[in-house]
Amino acid sequence: MLEIDNLSHVYGGGTPNAHHAIEGLNLSVAAGELLCIVGPSGCGKSTLLRSIAGLIRPTGGQVRIEGQVVRQTPDNLAVVFQDYSRSLFPWMSVEDNVALPLRRRNLDKRQRQEAAKEALESVGLAGAARKYPFQLSGGMQQRVAIARALAYRPTLMLMDEPFGSVDAQTREDLEDLVLQVRGHHQMTIVLITHDIDESVYVGDRVVVLSKAPAHVVGDLKVHLPGPRDQISTREHPDFVHLRAEVGRLVRGHATV
Amino acid sequence: MRGTRTTVFRITVLAVLVLVWEAATWLAGSAFFPPPSTIVTRMHAMWFSGPFATLFLTDAAIGDILPSLGRMALGFAGGALAGVVLGLALGLSSRVYDYLDGVLQFLRAIPPPALVTVFLVVFGFGLRMQLAFIMFSIVWPVLLNTADGARSVEPLHLQTSQVFRLSRGERLRRVVLPSALPKMFAGLRLALSLSLIVMVFSELLPGTTNGIGFQLTSAYATFDLPAMWAGIVLLGVLGYLLNEVFLVVERRVLAWHHAAQQVVI
Amino acid sequence: MSAETLAPLRPVSPATRWSRRAAGALAFAALIELVSRTGLADREFLPPATEIVWRAVILVTDADFRTHALTSLLAWAIGLAVAALIAVPLGLLLGSVPLIDAATRSVVEFLRPIPSVALIPLVALVIGTGLQHRVALVVYASLWPILYNTMYGLRGVDPVAKESLRSYGFGPLAVLLRVSLPSAAPFIATGVRLAAGVALILTVSTEIVAGRGEGIGVFIFFAGIAVPARMDAILAGVFWVGLFGVLVNALLVAAERRAFRWHHAQRGEAG
Repeated sequence: MLEIDNLSHVYGGGTPNAHHAIEGLNLSVAAGELLCIVGPSGCGKSTLLRSIAGLIRPTGGQVRIEGQVVRQTPDNLAVVFQDYSRSLFPWMSVEDNVALPLRRRNLDKRQRQEAAKEALESVGLAGAARKYPFQLSGGMQQRVAIARALAYRPTLMLMDEPFGSVDAQTREDLEDLVLQVRGHHQMTIVLITHDIDESVYVGDRVVVLSKAPAHVVGDLKVHLPGPRDQISTREHPDFVHLRAEVGRLVRGHATV
Repeated sequence: MRGTRTTVFRITVLAVLVLVWEAATWLAGSAFFPPPSTIVTRMHAMWFSGPFATLFLTDAAIGDILPSLGRMALGFAGGALAGVVLGLALGLSSRVYDYLDGVLQFLRAIPPPALVTVFLVVFGFGLRMQLAFIMFSIVWPVLLNTADGARSVEPLHLQTSQVFRLSRGERLRRVVLPSALPKMFAGLRLALSLSLIVMVFSELLPGTTNGIGFQLTSAYATFDLPAMWAGIVLLGVLGYLLNEVFLVVERRVLAWHHAAQQVVI
Repeated sequence: MSAETLAPLRPVSPATRWSRRAAGALAFAALIELVSRTGLADREFLPPATEIVWRAVILVTDADFRTHALTSLLAWAIGLAVAALIAVPLGLLLGSVPLIDAATRSVVEFLRPIPSVALIPLVALVIGTGLQHRVALVVYASLWPILYNTMYGLRGVDPVAKESLRSYGFGPLAVLLRVSLPSAAPFIATGVRLAAGVALILTVSTEIVAGRGEGIGVFIFFAGIAVPARMDAILAGVFWVGLFGVLVNALLVAAERRAFRWHHAQRGEAG
């Protein structure tokens, strides 16, 4: 589904303060997988995500989605950014925000509205369609952003620290929302986070990145009994064990 | 409850101050400072004592106030439209903006009245000259503020519209334009008060035959101070009303902006 | 817009920016030159850029023109200074004593919308058309931006800073001078910069309407009513006024940035 081949990215190349964000990163993701990428802060996770989304052109290597080299944003891809307050459009109602991307799909106005309604229902916000983003709490705004991505029906959904700006309780709700959503929709999800627990709780597989310049230092399959649950899953011995292992990998390279 | 109390307080204070003004002018008896009652009587006699058919406007009002407002409205509309369109176009390319920035800053820094003689020479006296002058005067603040607004689109909004592959037109209409609106309105508001100033200024020049500014000049020539004060008060009221109307429009258009800002703060 | 224009890290260095501005200005001048020399625009209406600039340079050596320019400069500077001396204390007073603010608000709301140029004939009658005429109008027009920005700045003063000083036993005046005034200073500076532009408009307007004596506006006016009109002289005068406006603005912006770096840093603006 997604292959990343020897990816490198340098900011300000050729200048004295050139920053090597990513160097020689290889990764492949199977269709339908939910992959979590963890790494220390500032390690180039966002650069990786933006390279996959075609928002920046990497200085070396390539990203392929379904065999196609990514040169600009592919049309079957959606992104959920961390900063919901700045990725939703404040001048549009919630429904219009969700329906906006559908203008690129051959749908008439009614179909767009239906699709938006359906997506909002699936994130539990059916009643908020006519509201404006600023009238919603942070967690609800992020649900809108997720609904917007869902309505777009992508085959690949990228999530850039999607729960980094909400409180702990909301965060757990949203984690469960992602698990629930992926049960209903056929899609591949790549979720970037710096939270080790979250990566193990949400992911089928966890990839650990080194500090910048980022490359893969660990790749673990997560086998946990489903369905996952915020309390019992987190006390499961496998969870505890995996979390420790991921933690060591993140730490080990963060302090070198 | 508090709101009404403040309003009542303000009106009372205003009434007291007008009375003081009235008393002071009576006591001073200066020809330069007629009492407010004289000014208001004069305004009524000059402009608002007409027949019912013309909404009580007199011939003088129709001859002076309406042409002034018409010139101002046309000049403002033309200059604002040009400023918004050019500003959006300019805001889309940071490179073009860089090249034109210096020239535009220079053009904005020229006090508009300094150019009035240029327009006089090119167009001669008359409506065309006045319209061109008003438009040229207000186009720069609108243009520069709009361009500034269009440049300050939230990067994440642009990335979002790129991820969802919005077309160029949709991006402009649904993302760039709304983002530019708050600053565009700041520019338009400046332009509104500037257009009132340059409108009056253009009418103060020799060669004008009607308008509120012309009325001021003729009052000056005949040493008719109550008429002059009447013109000044009328302009103050017009300025106030225009600003209020503008604010109502702005509040409607930018409701999302103000509400969102209040939540953040 | 391709991916490149969205890439965040492609900063343009200040040197590149300045050279672009200069290139833009040169291209603008070249365009005027071309339009004029090819006869696309009537040369009487738009002389070539080189002629305008040459005229502007010659004017500097002209003692009469220098008198015109200095007279305007004087009216502008005195008016602006007097306006600041009135508006800043007044703004501090209105901004810190709510009762006085409430009592005078209606007066302020009534006076401010009067377009200042409408007062030109009245003030001419009352005090005559000399330097005092221009200064009075400049003062009146420049008052408002300074007053409003001072009051606006005071509203944003951090109450914690005020309370912490008060808790050390300082009186209201000390709080005003040590906390409120410095916090409002960046806003006052912005008000003065806006007023500087307004003052220039009023200086020139008053001079043109009065149409006699000295002043850059008088110079431009006479160049305009001469037969045939001396467009090169008008535009050379406009050139100097515009340049003065740009320089004053740039200077004040630079001074604000230097003096109030803390303010810009706090508000997350580019230093």
